[in-house]
Formats: sequence, structure tokens, C-alpha cells
Amino acid sequence: MFETARAAVEAALAGGAVYADARVVTSRREELLGRNGEMEAADRSEAAGVGVRALIGSSWGFAATSDLEAAESAGSRAAAIAHASALVPGPDLHLAEVPAVQDRYVTPVVEDPFAVPLSEKADLVVGVTDTMASVQGIKVAHAYLRFWETEKYLVSSQGHEIHQRLVESGGGMDATAVGETETQRRSYPQSAGDYRTGGYEVVREFDLPGNAGRIAEEAVALLSAPPCPSGETDLILESSQLALQIHESVGHAIELDRILGWEAAFAGTSFLDLGELGRLRYGSELMNVVADATIPGALATFGYDDEGTAAQRVDIVRDGVWVGVLSGRDSAHLAGLPPGGMVRADGFNRLPMVRMTNVGLLPGDSSLEEIIASTRSGVLMSTNRSWSIDDKRLNFQFGCELGWEVADGKLGRMVRNPTYTGITPRFWGSLDMLAGSEEWRPWGTPNCGKGQPIQIGHTGHPASPARFRGVRVGVLG
Amino acid sequence: MRRLEELAEHILGLVGAEAEAEVRVVSNRHGLTRFANSFIHQHVGEETAEAELRVAVDGRVSSSTTSNLADESLDRFVADAVDAARLQPVDPHWPGVAPPSEIPEIDHFDPETADALPAERAEMVRSFIAADTGLRAAGFADTQAISFAFANSAGHQAQGRTTRATIDGIQQTDTSAGSAHQTSLGLADLDAAAAGGIAAELAHRSAAFVDLEPGRYQVVLSPECVATIAVFLAAYGFNAQAHLDGSSFVRLDEPQFSPLLTIVDDPLRPDAIGLGFDNEGTPKRPLTLVEQGITRSLVHDRRTAHRAGVTSTGHALGASGFGPVPVNVVVTPGSATADELAAGVERGLLITEFNYCRILDPRTQVVTGLTRNGTFLIEDGAIAGGVGNLRFTQSFLEALSEENLIKVGGDARYANSEFGPGLIVAPSLHLASWTFTGGAAG
Repeated sequence: MFETARAAVEAALAGGAVYADARVVTSRREELLGRNGEMEAADRSEAAGVGVRALIGSSWGFAATSDLEAAESAGSRAAAIAHASALVPGPDLHLAEVPAVQDRYVTPVVEDPFAVPLSEKADLVVGVTDTMASVQGIKVAHAYLRFWETEKYLVSSQGHEIHQRLVESGGGMDATAVGETETQRRSYPQSAGDYRTGGYEVVREFDLPGNAGRIAEEAVALLSAPPCPSGETDLILESSQLALQIHESVGHAIELDRILGWEAAFAGTSFLDLGELGRLRYGSELMNVVADATIPGALATFGYDDEGTAAQRVDIVRDGVWVGVLSGRDSAHLAGLPPGGMVRADGFNRLPMVRMTNVGLLPGDSSLEEIIASTRSGVLMSTNRSWSIDDKRLNFQFGCELGWEVADGKLGRMVRNPTYTGITPRFWGSLDMLAGSEEWRPWGTPNCGKGQPIQIGHTGHPASPARFRGVRVGVLG
Repeated sequence: MRRLEELAEHILGLVGAEAEAEVRVVSNRHGLTRFANSFIHQHVGEETAEAELRVAVDGRVSSSTTSNLADESLDRFVADAVDAARLQPVDPHWPGVAPPSEIPEIDHFDPETADALPAERAEMVRSFIAADTGLRAAGFADTQAISFAFANSAGHQAQGRTTRATIDGIQQTDTSAGSAHQTSLGLADLDAAAAGGIAAELAHRSAAFVDLEPGRYQVVLSPECVATIAVFLAAYGFNAQAHLDGSSFVRLDEPQFSPLLTIVDDPLRPDAIGLGFDNEGTPKRPLTLVEQGITRSLVHDRRTAHRAGVTSTGHALGASGFGPVPVNVVVTPGSATADELAAGVERGLLITEFNYCRILDPRTQVVTGLTRNGTFLIEDGAIAGGVGNLRFTQSFLEALSEENLIKVGGDARYANSEFGPGLIVAPSLHLASWTFTGGAAG
């Protein structure tokens, strides 16, 4: 495979590239979907191909083919595409220096998910959906398992030769109750499931069978629960919702390509200005965010990113002050910052771009129990249901599946359709209690869309429950 | 590599009589030229091919996809797919493969678009940017050609191909942005300079803006906004799986919308992008979804049709579990010009584009999202100035109700909903009320 990648790189250099790299990627994916006690789908896919980057002047040229025998011509094509960009040139692009590494990295796996019999996996999704669907009032129950194995062979014109084998596993389930005028859904472990690097042990840890009945009953109960109250109050977020809050209002905002305007037309830009790096107050002093691609078992943990920069931990927010960004070699050089090793692609046929690694909030020293006990009046929200944020990552609105009133230090009634809204720095500035490492969990998000053509990224977001003061909740249309 | 039809037949032959089977072989040529800060920064091209195989052994079903199309790889691929099916529980809703049927003879394919060179797309980008060199431009130009061959064990075969070209971008001042979008099945239909000019005008007109208090306002929605509404109606409403699951708003043959509203799915329009059959080989045909306000149809694939006891309407997307969705939607235009729509507004807003819309409840179609790339205050029938972006939380069903839909524009065109170009043709709409729940300040 290295030989194929080398041929592509050499062809790109022969075509005039000042720098080139090529990734030969082979991958396989397995997905099982159960519905109401029956199998809905059992899908498997495999892909192989090569993607070549060629840098000329101000533009990357990129060519991909699923025909590995055509790697050399893909290299030539990448250079030709980059040349065509010279019709509309900008300032020359340069790459920050990194060591030219030759290495291998393999995800630690306890139980190969592809070796677990299909029948066992099918029995699991059929069984838990049968449990959920048998609860009176449940109309639809879904369960799903997903597994990925990706082998990457990276060669660069600067001497990188890196082989990685990454394995990701996860899944989840949900139950939907249908009322006269609306639907209510409960998911587990979180909406869209939870995912990690690792093998089938990840799925076993979830204990889907042990939670199926509970979430189904909660979905039914939500239909007759009172609506979430409207107004300003204290908001307690359980950790999976906080993980998405981090993803949307921190993770995307700190992407250097967005800050530099490279994603302006589609994903958007950022409210952050590099001139304020090291000075801007992002949140309260309890807010410490790191991007760490080395956390064992987290979804965005790897050895090297897709341009050969080693996985690393980078401080993003320290004691509430913005101190770091997510970057690649080109964006880091332009901004005069060290490269963060955060450039990844969605398959061989996509151009690597800045991607979140495991962007998470470091734990505090409290606990959910203490947070509830110290809250006089508020709402506890759990499990994301909807998410929306503006193109600068400032104005957000989230909906959750389940809410609980909190009064005088105790959980009160369940409430339905809980929503909250806010402005990013103001919201994070109101963070005043944060649970500790015992409740800190590395949530995985497998569906982050960015780029044109669209790419789906896998990101991690460790978090523990937290409290925010004076948040607007119960937003109604 | 073999021709796609030969590959499909070859794979079908490898399955033999062991199983019911359907094969799809797809080739894709896509080039995309991306620009930001008024220069090309990312420029990509891909040429890929893959085969998809769905097999059923005594009602036990599996689906597999591969890009390894060499003979020795395909032998293993097929054997693994059949083995995987045997290990599955019986699927009681397996509908069987599609019977032989006549496919509409459409060929919505433009050879010049299929063969477009990187320099041709770069030239389009240059024209877009040159429309106003005082602004910062960003966006993309792309060209795509897809060829598709289908064969199944019932003896049904289908082949098709299609192209698409898009110029899509924004022009930015220091305080504002304006956008423009054009899509066609042929590159020659696009006018990148005109698109760049439209985006620049919107950016200039909204450069000075005021923040409005949230609340209910009359609105004129652009085709892009209406296309986004249509996507939500289609994905969560007309989707028969959502209906079977009880989460769709659809009540067939009941007046659920304004009589001014008609929505069809028409793959046979000369400008339609796509094929004459769906992923299961079922022929596509025009289908009226809403007729003068009365909901008329759901869209089905073979699975939902089997569950509902009807026939497929040819809207299978693949084995995603999401269900069938229409992809050639036309919101039928009226006759009003954009100026005439605005002229009917005493005080309201002109919305150029929605951003980051997400559904809160599919039954009521309550959606939250934001405005982007040009939001304007209309006073006494004329644009009075720019407005800061606003968040809305709004039921799309209520928005299109008889009480709320005032007038339908005559400006229908391919509009880029936030979910991608080439799916929806839509006009502007004038609505009596739209609920904004927040501004830039929260």
C-alpha cells in the first residue's frame, strides 16, 4: 500500500506540486438496525481507494479514485487541479514544520466487533426493541449497532510513512410514544447513540437490555408530563447534553479554518478573533477545555492525523480564558501557531480538513447530587433532541428529550419539551458548578457535518454534569 | 472495468439461485472548486465506482456495498453477503424484489457538464468573484455525473445517468453577507457573474442593519427558505415510514394547507436532476403531494408499501432506515413578482436564507432555525434596510395554512435548501405571520 501511495505522491510532484501526500485507505463498516422486535437492516460496506493532495501556490488540488491501480494518474490529476486554481490565486500557502515520521498505530481492541457473530448482534437489537415495543404506548422502538475499521497508509513528499488501523464501535436505542398531538422520544445512551474507539466491549458496557424498559416508560410518561416552564432559571445539564453544547458552542468556534474564513459560505465563521487569543473570556473560571486526541477509548483518539502530525493534547480554554485552536499544518502556519494535529478526512475520497478531536470540559469537584441539592429553583435537562446555532457559533437553541423541575434542592416533576437558548460566552460565563471525574464520560459524536463536498466526522466530547445560572428555558414558537 | 450493466449482471450471476437479489452499480465523477477570501483554496475531483447488493434468503436479508470491483474480490463479496443474510432473523416486512416494469425514457444528462474541466469551474469562480472585487467572496462551483445500472433476480433491469452543476456562494462586507445559488443539469445554464452580482447586492443592502425585537412579523420568504420548508415536509411528513410510525402530520385527502399551495414530485420535468427509477428499480412518475391545499399522497418504497398494503411510488433511497423521500419536489409557483410580494407588506421582513434548521416536533412541524445572508425590514411595501439575523421557532404547517399564506411568487427555480442543491424547485412566499424567538443578543 505504501508503494501505491508513493507512486501517487511522485506523480503529483512531477506535475509541479511543491508538496504532496497520498492516503491509501481501506475500510469496512457494519450496521445493524432493529425495529419493534424485528430486523430492519443489516448493512455491510467496504471501500478502498487513494486520495492525493498537491499544493501549488494558494490552493490544494485533490484527486481521489477507487481504482488503486490508477493511483499514479490520480497524483497527476491532483497537480493539474491545483494548477487550474491559479486562475483565481491568493497568497501562497505554507505548511508548519512537523517531524517526518515513519510509524504505526493500532487502536487497542479487546473484542473484535467484526468477529462477534452477526446472529448475536442481531439478537441484541431485536431483543431490546422487543422490550421497548412491548411497553404500552410505545409506537416505534429502534436499536442500532455500528462498527468501523479503517486502515490508512499515509505517504508525504517530506518523508512521512504512517500506517494506522483504527476501530470504532457503538450504537444505541430509542423508543417513541405517539400522542394525539405530538410525539415523545427517549434515547439511550444518548440521541444518535454513543461511540468509542475500541471493540465490541464498548457495546457490552452500554448495557442496552438493562435500560430498554426504563427509557420506553419515560417516553410514555412524557406524553402526559407538563410542559417545561418558560423563563430564566438555573439550568442543570447532564453530561451527554453538555457534550453537544461543547461541540456546537466551543468545538466549531475554535476551528482555525472557520476563524480564517475558509468555511464562511457553508459551515460559517466564528465569533472568535485571533487577536483576542489568550485574552478573551470564554466562560467562568470553572471552564477548562482541552482538545485531546490521546484519551484512551475516546472516539477521536488516534496516532496521527491525516497529514502525519502526532496526536496531542492542546489547551483550548484555561480558567475561562480562550487560549487555543484546532488547526492543521496550513492554517497553523498562516496563524503563526503550532500545528495541532487535527486534520482528518471522511474517507479516501475527501480532502483532509480541520476536525475536532476529543474536545472536552475537564471535570470539576462537585457531583450531580450536590448540584441538585444546592439548586433552589431550576430545570435539569437530559439527552439532546434538537440543536441549532448560528453561523458564528453565538446564538444557540437546544431541545432535550427529558426535563425535571428542581425545587429546593430536590428533583420535582418530569417536564416535556424542555428547551434552552443563549449566547455562547454569556452562557459559559454562567457556569458555576461542575461535577467531578467520577461522572466524567467521553461521549462520542459520529455525525458531525462540515465541508464541501460534505464530510461526516467522528468527534469526542468528554463532560460531566454542570450547572448554569440564569438561562432562558422553555422557548416556545 | 466492465460496463456498469455488465457488472450488475455479473454480480447477479454470482448470487445465482441461492437468494433473491438486487444489484446497483454506481459510478460517480465529481469536481468541486471551492473558494474563500476571494481565491480558490480547495479544489477537488473524484472518480469512484461501487456496487451495492441486497440479498434475501428465505426472508433473511442483508445489504452490502463494495468499491472492490475486481472479479476475485466480487466472488468473496457475494459469498459474504449471502452468508450474512443467512445469519439474520427473518424480516417479516421483506417485500421481495421489484417485478419487471417499464422505466421512463429520460436521459437528464449533459455531456459537457460530465466532462467539465477544473479550469471551467475555476472560470466560473472568477466570474462570481469579479462581480464585486470590493467584497470577500466564498462558495463553490461543482459539476457531477452519475451513472447507474440496476438488475434483480426477477429479471428487472434499468440503466440511467444524470448530471448536475451548481454555482453557490456568498459575498461579504465587514458586517454582512449576501448569497446566491444556481443549479441546473447543465453547466452552460449557469451565470456565475449574475449570481455574484445578486450576492453582492444583498451584502451591500444589509451592511447597515438594526436589531429587531423578536416577535411575530409578516414575512416574504425567498425560494431558498421555501425549499428548506419543503425538505422538512418531505422528510418528516410525506415519508410513508414516518406516517406508519405515527410521527407524520399527513392526513390524506384533508385540507391541511392553503388552497394556494400545490406541491408535486416530478422526475419527468425536462430540468429534473436524477434518474427514471429509484434504488429498488421501481419506475418514477409524477406524484401530487399537495393539491390546492389538500394533502394527496405519501411517498413509498417497497418496504413501506408492503407494510401499508399499497404499491411503491418509486422513492426508495437505499438501506438507510430513514424511509422514502421525494427528491424532485416542485412547489408550484404563482404569478406574483418579488416586488409584488413585498408590496403587500405593511411592516415585515424579507428573509433570504435560513440556517441550521432543526425539527422540534415532526407532528406539528415546529422547527427552530436562524436567518442568514440577508435579512431585511419591509415597510410600506418597500425594503427599508437591513436587519440583524434572527432566530425563529415556527410550525411550518401553520406557516402554510389557509389563514397564513397570502401569496405565492412566480419566481420558482432550483433553490438550495440548507440540505443541498438540486432537490427542490420553489418560489417565494408571502406569509401573514412568522414567529421570531430571539435575536443576535439572545
